[in-house]
Amino acid sequence: MSGTLTIGIFGPGKVGTAIARLAVAAGHRVEIAGSQRQESLQLLLDVLAPGAAQSRSVGTLAARSDLTILAVPFGRSVDLPYTSFSGRIIIDALNYWPAIDGVIAELDGIPQGTSEVIAARNPAARWVKSLNHLGYHDMDEHARPSSDPTRRAIAVASDDSDAKRFVSKFIDSVGFDPVDAGSLADGIHLQTGTAVFGRELSKAEFERMLVRPVSAAEPARRADAAA
Amino acid sequence: MQLGVYSFGSLARDPDSGRVATSAQATRNLLEAVKLADDVGLEYFGIGEHHTREMPASAAATILAGAATITRRIRLGSSVTVLSTEDPVRVFQQFATVDSLSNGRAEITAGRGSSIESFPLFGYNLQDYERLYEEKLDLLLTINREDPVTWMGTVRAGLDEAVIVPRPDSGHLAIWLGTGGNPQSSMRAGRLGLPVAYGIIGGIPARFAALTDLYRRSANASGFSNEHTRVSVGTPGFVGDDGPATRDAWWQEWFDTMASLGQIRGFPPPSRNSFDRDTSPGGALFVGSPEEIADRIIELHSHLGHMRHFLQMDFGTLPQRDFLRSIELLGTEVKPLVEAELGAEPAVVPA
Ligand SMILES: NC(=O)c1ccc[n+]([C@@H]2O[C@H](COP(=O)([O-])OP(=O)(O)OC[C@H]3O[C@@H](n4cnc5c(N)ncnc54)[C@H](OP(=O)(O)O)[C@@H]3O)[C@@H](O)[C@H]2O)c1
Repeated sequence: MSGTLTIGIFGPGKVGTAIARLAVAAGHRVEIAGSQRQESLQLLLDVLAPGAAQSRSVGTLAARSDLTILAVPFGRSVDLPYTSFSGRIIIDALNYWPAIDGVIAELDGIPQGTSEVIAARNPAARWVKSLNHLGYHDMDEHARPSSDPTRRAIAVASDDSDAKRFVSKFIDSVGFDPVDAGSLADGIHLQTGTAVFGRELSKAEFERMLVRPVSAAEPARRADAAA
Repeated sequence: MQLGVYSFGSLARDPDSGRVATSAQATRNLLEAVKLADDVGLEYFGIGEHHTREMPASAAATILAGAATITRRIRLGSSVTVLSTEDPVRVFQQFATVDSLSNGRAEITAGRGSSIESFPLFGYNLQDYERLYEEKLDLLLTINREDPVTWMGTVRAGLDEAVIVPRPDSGHLAIWLGTGGNPQSSMRAGRLGLPVAYGIIGGIPARFAALTDLYRRSANASGFSNEHTRVSVGTPGFVGDDGPATRDAWWQEWFDTMASLGQIRGFPPPSRNSFDRDTSPGGALFVGSPEEIADRIIELHSHLGHMRHFLQMDFGTLPQRDFLRSIELLGTEVKPLVEAELGAEPAVVPA
């Protein structure tokens, strides 16, 4: 990748700070915005993501960053300043998780993926679904240099092939193998409850499972079957 | 270092007939477990709040009130009270009652809860999550601090010089803030000068050092010294006589619970590989022999400086006798090893 990028992260929570640590370690410039008072955000970043700078708002982030990553709870994503995302590459890392977010009427029982719903809020943004299916612990523990055979995969889905390439290089730079997961609509195969969600998979394993998506709704019954 | 146990209740199976306990029997089983924990010198027993068939302990204070009258030294707490869907006035009254019955041994751990079962059950809207928690925590702390209580907010009727009794003999209840790793919660605990309880069920627990650091620095920034801060840690765990045999036996219980939870929440069942990694030194599952568990608690203490470590043992349909044996080993074998290294921790939790 052509060197250092400016990465904007909205949501200084568990996953937002984990991505920030990865990006700082990879040499990128990182800025984070949250909803809290500036002084406490600075303390949070000093401790949890040293090297990341605070930014005033998600709008500022989108304007300044090569890549902006949304990492707030799904329910919070409704009233973001979506117009400021036009023409910008935005990674949707959010999961709709009824057991945690509660049932959101807009999403209940719809055939589309959640990323399509979010993208429809501003179709002029360059939407990419990525970084949603791996737990933040795994991001912290499993980043590896590209030569490492035990590297894990992170999927990238988008309708914008340039944006997809760009994000794939970013994923590679922070220690994971990017996997092309198709269009933004195909991103539905990366959501909670799918076969790949929350799994530690190599690139080859990941690609195999995407070709033949199996529902995780029917897990092995007995422990020995999963061993 | 204080050692203890926490539980959400479980439907123990009879190892001979295979029949599982009723939820009423599960409640009585818990009382037996608390009694034994006290007898073997453990310092803490926490009862969580779940509303599922598999984990039926929904009314912690009621169980703890029963435990208060049959135990002598062990501290009795909630782990956690899902404060957002409770009335803080009632929570205070119930735990102050446990405190009275136990001569000052009650504690509350107020959390947001990792599951949302209690929201529809008690008629709350999950979209109000933040506001409910923020305001109710404020009210609970106000009741603990003031007598009579005057309070205004939006999530329930205000209070004007309200008498809220009984009052704890010591003047106040120990109230912890419970969190699973969201940074804002650590900062909130620090800012409020509250002790903080981390529930760590995955990943590498030593990594929580960044959060305990954030907690202590937030406390310092609000004028609380490090002596005032307290960190406790709850993890899954189980103690058996032989390490490998214990892990093999407990794996099935862990798998059953996580697989059925995963089905509801949309994550995959655990693999034996990940279980083996998580039960190795540095992992989040404290399952093994007394020596292994003691070593791992001591090791984690060097990272987090916690003053209490408590284990959730009764996953799946773990037979009651195995649950009791693990509690016994934690008290009689793990505790002396840990204390030899770290010393005993005074019973008092400053509020
Ligand atoms: N946890 C994971 O392992 C993981 C992995 C991949 C994807 N995700 C997804 O990423 C998103 C964030 O997850 P997370 O686990 O990082 O959550 P989290 O720790 O709760 O962090 C969310 C952050 O968003 C900010 N925020 C803004 N408005 C908020 C509100 N009304 N309520 C709560 N927080 C608010 C908070 O910072 P302020 O206090 O500054 O507002 C908070 O730090 C979710 O959609 C989740 O599904 C999570």
